[in-house]
Amino acid sequence: MTSHAHHPHPIISFDKVNKWYGNNFHVLRDIDLAVKRGERIIICGPSGSGKSTLIRCINRLEEHQEGTIKVDGVELTDDVKAIEKIRKEVGMVFQQFNLFPHLTVLENLTLSPMWVGRMPKKEAEERAMQQLKRVRIAEQAKKYPLQLSGGQQQRVAIARSLCLKPKIMLFDEPTSALDPEMIKEVLDVMIELANGGITMLCVSHEMGFAKAVADRVIFMDEGQIVEQNSPHEFFNNPQSDRTKDFLSKILGH
Amino acid sequence: MSAVFQSIAPRPSPVKTEGLIPWIRTNLFGDLRSSVATLAILALAMYFLPGLFSWGIAHAVLKPDANVCQEARGTGACWGVVVEKFRLIVFGRYPYEDQWRPLLATTLLVALLIASCIRYFWKPWLALLWIVIVPAFFMLMGGGWFGLASVPTDSWGGLPLTIMLATFGIVLAYPLAVVVALGRRSDLPAIRSLCIVYIELVRGVPLISVLFMASFMFPLFMPVGKSPDVLIRVLVGITLFSAAYLAEVVRGGLQAIPKGQVEAAQSLGLSYWQTQRKIVLPQALAMVVPGIMNSFIAIFKDTSLVTIVSMYELTGALGLALNSDADWRPFKIEGYLFITAIYFVFCFAMSRYSLWIEKQVGRSKTR
Repeated sequence: MTSHAHHPHPIISFDKVNKWYGNNFHVLRDIDLAVKRGERIIICGPSGSGKSTLIRCINRLEEHQEGTIKVDGVELTDDVKAIEKIRKEVGMVFQQFNLFPHLTVLENLTLSPMWVGRMPKKEAEERAMQQLKRVRIAEQAKKYPLQLSGGQQQRVAIARSLCLKPKIMLFDEPTSALDPEMIKEVLDVMIELANGGITMLCVSHEMGFAKAVADRVIFMDEGQIVEQNSPHEFFNNPQSDRTKDFLSKILGH
Repeated sequence: MSAVFQSIAPRPSPVKTEGLIPWIRTNLFGDLRSSVATLAILALAMYFLPGLFSWGIAHAVLKPDANVCQEARGTGACWGVVVEKFRLIVFGRYPYEDQWRPLLATTLLVALLIASCIRYFWKPWLALLWIVIVPAFFMLMGGGWFGLASVPTDSWGGLPLTIMLATFGIVLAYPLAVVVALGRRSDLPAIRSLCIVYIELVRGVPLISVLFMASFMFPLFMPVGKSPDVLIRVLVGITLFSAAYLAEVVRGGLQAIPKGQVEAAQSLGLSYWQTQRKIVLPQALAMVVPGIMNSFIAIFKDTSLVTIVSMYELTGALGLALNSDADWRPFKIEGYLFITAIYFVFCFAMSRYSLWIEKQVGRSKTR
């Protein structure tokens, strides 16, 4: 077991998880990971290192072939009911926002509460407006996503994933597709969220954000967890040469 | 030292592009090439239009008199043939004194179709209207009720048959096509293979042979007297045939939807069918409106092939009207021009409606 074994009930646990794309690309190799309830984890690493795949396994957007993944006590298998249950508990924010362009901002947010949560329309709209206020974009509720800026769209996407009141939030490079002047408005929302006590896994190279909110930084390379530590130790005292090399590249300029 | 920045207020363009004369100047005579093209097309029109006018209007015969028509042959069109054979062309072999029935039934059906196309009428009672009018259509046409004489389906014909085959062909083929298109992209190999085999098989044969099989071969495999009516068989043939083509159009739309849309829907907990219905299909179908309407128009015109199995829809009825009458047989061109105009009215209406739909679904995407 990992160094977090003294916490009896991790909310997410990976046990010897392996995954391949096709026959030859071994994208996740013997991943062991335990995430505590309320823990905030930043995952970084070079492109193709498997960090996105890792978090996409948590809500079964990707299937793993070996090992076990448990989310909030439920094991991820082919069982559709289990997958649907887990997806209600896990929110996800994507690099490309993935808002539904044919629906208004408000409809984007009420879709899941109404169809998955079986909530009456009025109640779903009230909840959606609360979440839109939380990300400071309530005045755009009637617009369509493509009428908004990238930063606004990503804030809508965050609000949308919060509408089912998930216990876990996954962020897959949430600021990588944004213009520089819009990164801050999204990170501000994420920092508020992190301070609210939700369990958070975030694939990101925003090192300032990592220092500000992370409990743990995980560095991945070639499908493996190379190093994990508190942000302070990770940035000031990296252990492996590969980590040092990576940090010199992203902090060098 | 650089000057302090001064913002420039917007002002109107100095080149006038609105109004008729400026429009003609910029669009028809903008440069040498465009001027030459404009003049060439004008010359072509001048060459052909006067002759067409003289034949079709100036020297045309409107009187349903075969002798007068015969004299005008070569110099003027004989629209009299349309006047003379109007009922036979439009209603086919349907009993003459009962032709008010297909007229009423078809008027109801067309009114229903028009209402279904208008957003204002998209209310629950529209579905109720379909449930009432569709059986009413068949009861009026078929008779055998309320003292109406029974008219077997092989006597149905003309425009009512064309409209009926096209309407039900489209209404049945469209949902089938959506299901088949989804099936072709299914994760389940059995369903995927079934859909591929169906599409490829149907696309590999001409509609005529499908109709021929539906009409003549299918009854051979059924117990005597158990085979469904020829009209039903032909309708099923048209539906299955059109659905295969439509399915490929729909699949084109499905493929254009980014994977991220499905992943976002899945991550929000939506099931497969919820994802398709709420996220994938609305976007995919909106993207292929022109292709879908293209198929609908093709279905409308393909109904003319049912003549091969002795069902005399509009085109067949024209042949029926003229082939058996030596006096009027020479004036087929005028007859065909007449039904061409009828086909054009329907197809053009569908095409304009498609443009309106495109505008409606495009609104959400505009900035």
